[in-house]
Amino acid sequence: MTIEAMTPTGRRDETSSEVRTSDIQKMPMAKALNAGMRQAMLDDPKVLLMGEDIGTLGGVFRVTEGLHAEFGPRRVLDTPLAESGIVGTAIGLAMHGYRPVCEIQFDGFVFPAFDQITTQLAKLTARHEGRMSMPVVIRIPYGGHIGAVEHHQESPETYFAHTPGLRVVSPSTPNDAYWMMRQSIASADPIIFLEPKSRYWPKGEVDLSAPAVPLHASRVVRTGTDVTVLGHGAMVSTLLRAAEIAAEEGTSLEVVDLRSISPIDYGPILESVRKTTRLVVAQEAHGFVSVGSEIAATVTEKSFYSLEAPVLRVSGFDAPFPPAKLEDVFLPDADRVLEAVDRVLAY
Amino acid sequence: MPDAIDSPPSVGPTVPTVQVLTADGRYEPTDAAADYLSYLDRLSDDDHVRFYRDMVIARSFDTEATNLQRQGQLALWPPSRGQEAAQVGSAHAARRQDHIFPSYREHIVGMIRGVDPIDIIRVMRGVTNGGWDPTDPAFGNFHVYTLVLGTQALHATGYALGMSLDGTVATGDAEVDTATMVYFGDGASSEGDVSEAFVFAASYQTPQVFFLQNNQWAISVPVSTQSRTPLYLRSSGFGIPGVQVDGNDVLASYAVAAKHLDDARSGHGPSLIEAVTYRMGAHTTSDDPTRYRGSDEEAAWALRDPITRFRTYLQSRGAASTIFDDVETEADDLAADVRRRTPLLDPPALEAIFDNVYTEQHPVTDEQRAWLQRYERSLDTPAEETRAAPEGAAATEGAQ
Repeated sequence: MTIEAMTPTGRRDETSSEVRTSDIQKMPMAKALNAGMRQAMLDDPKVLLMGEDIGTLGGVFRVTEGLHAEFGPRRVLDTPLAESGIVGTAIGLAMHGYRPVCEIQFDGFVFPAFDQITTQLAKLTARHEGRMSMPVVIRIPYGGHIGAVEHHQESPETYFAHTPGLRVVSPSTPNDAYWMMRQSIASADPIIFLEPKSRYWPKGEVDLSAPAVPLHASRVVRTGTDVTVLGHGAMVSTLLRAAEIAAEEGTSLEVVDLRSISPIDYGPILESVRKTTRLVVAQEAHGFVSVGSEIAATVTEKSFYSLEAPVLRVSGFDAPFPPAKLEDVFLPDADRVLEAVDRVLAY
Repeated sequence: MPDAIDSPPSVGPTVPTVQVLTADGRYEPTDAAADYLSYLDRLSDDDHVRFYRDMVIARSFDTEATNLQRQGQLALWPPSRGQEAAQVGSAHAARRQDHIFPSYREHIVGMIRGVDPIDIIRVMRGVTNGGWDPTDPAFGNFHVYTLVLGTQALHATGYALGMSLDGTVATGDAEVDTATMVYFGDGASSEGDVSEAFVFAASYQTPQVFFLQNNQWAISVPVSTQSRTPLYLRSSGFGIPGVQVDGNDVLASYAVAAKHLDDARSGHGPSLIEAVTYRMGAHTTSDDPTRYRGSDEEAAWALRDPITRFRTYLQSRGAASTIFDDVETEADDLAADVRRRTPLLDPPALEAIFDNVYTEQHPVTDEQRAWLQRYERSLDTPAEETRAAPEGAAATEGAQ
């Protein structure tokens, strides 16, 4: 199955009753990811999961809970503790026709696999001149807000977005998590799937009948008129909170969920910016040479005459992720976003 | 106490090495060869000639490719001169259904599996980063070269794991049972990925042979800096048995690889073969071995030349001199053919930059391809026209 095959033929008519209520279930993102992987495994016997502690334990975040019992150790592999080994072995399995979904236990532990991801996985399709595809999904729980120790709260998306040959996505809701997981596993290209771990447990509605948008679409999740604020993953909930506060203060924010970090779907972003004339990009990652920098440059290039102010970035500071007692200072919160909104409106 | 930093220790005491032919070409198997000799019963007189032919072809191709690089026709050439026996023996031990994961110096292995030597030339000329299609059985399941050392060991492990999951191991059907064989060197054996491949291969008992060519030198660094133990022992701590073979003995290399591949296919799990050999030439055409090793050493290894050794053995078996003449002619013809075809190779189309970065449609590559096409059309002299006859590609030290 390809991504296209799972792309909706048209937007669901909100007024129709075509969607059966049984297709809509309330669940947290962790369960939605689990359901997405389970459905992909039911649909295609070549889909298998591999990673540290994902089998009997169900993963340290329990995202793969129950799948080992249901599908057995040949479909859900507890691997040795070696990230390069996980990704390198997954590449060999993909060469053999499998569709591996690898779990990297935490964001800060992906770097032992960085070589296999960037020099091999990302380049193998080009090296083979298209004769071999690399349908490998690498799941990485990422981001802060969980009060954890060093290496457990990072946002490494820029490294992967910078690498041609990879696709990088991050859902912000359970519904997106379910569908983006299925779409990613169906993709013929390697996908870095960043799971905002601070959003694993809040529940949301998942419409199991059809995906709302394609994998690489960005989307307006709250309409507004004064300033566009944009982010991905856990940052989207911060932006929505900021929009609530701003509304009380009489400022209307339009919130865009990036969803896909590579490639970036600029259509909805530019449409929004041309309407509001102002853009603030927010991210947990360090700001220097970041996804936010890239978006700021591109939006400036493509809608220069629509802008009333420079694009502003709100990012994690350009310092190592601090001890957890300082994470609330390090990570952009609604107030930091609103401070940038004030500045962008002052032009 | 000797200072290991100032003066690296030499590699351990004498170890039991599988050898069938002495350095001067006499059939005198070592004790360690006992378990392997029955595998030589599979070889006919024609097989013996084929082994000799392939080694001579390999050396002729190497010499020609080195010359082509010196003439500016290739960006780089990594020669395998001196390693012909290890490569030819092990390559002939593999069955058609096996999958071979090379490093970047296994030219004759690829040719034995069905790769056209000009496809290897295309890689080193800078026409392609791949060269041949490992998904097409015509290329003998010989995978493309890998320049980041050791990474392919894990790919071979993953591929072998796929064989296990598919149940194409230990069925008892010789046409079904299969294995992977991965080539790497003494330097690469220090890479973390090789150790991780040992870990995964041992855990999942993959049908896999690790074929380590110890050619004594990782560019300028001697094997004594890589390891305090003989390299064939490196896997034993991971639970993978290892064996050392004289890699300049084509019969021993064949027999050891044949047994271990048979064992892997029949469900006995992975194993490591260390083929002790010598890189008689430079690491690549960008390298100058006189800066780090002496002519005495090179002269000592020249006495163990794998081709001379096997020729002496064949002569002692009564091979007709016409056989050697015919092989010489064939090797010359191959070199001439490569020399003729190399300058005719077309450079890739500009769009090749963007083609196949992704399998599925991608907006960035689409946009940049279209931009480049517009830009090219706007130029008085498009790059496509000036690139017709590229000469003197810069020699850079690419592969380690």
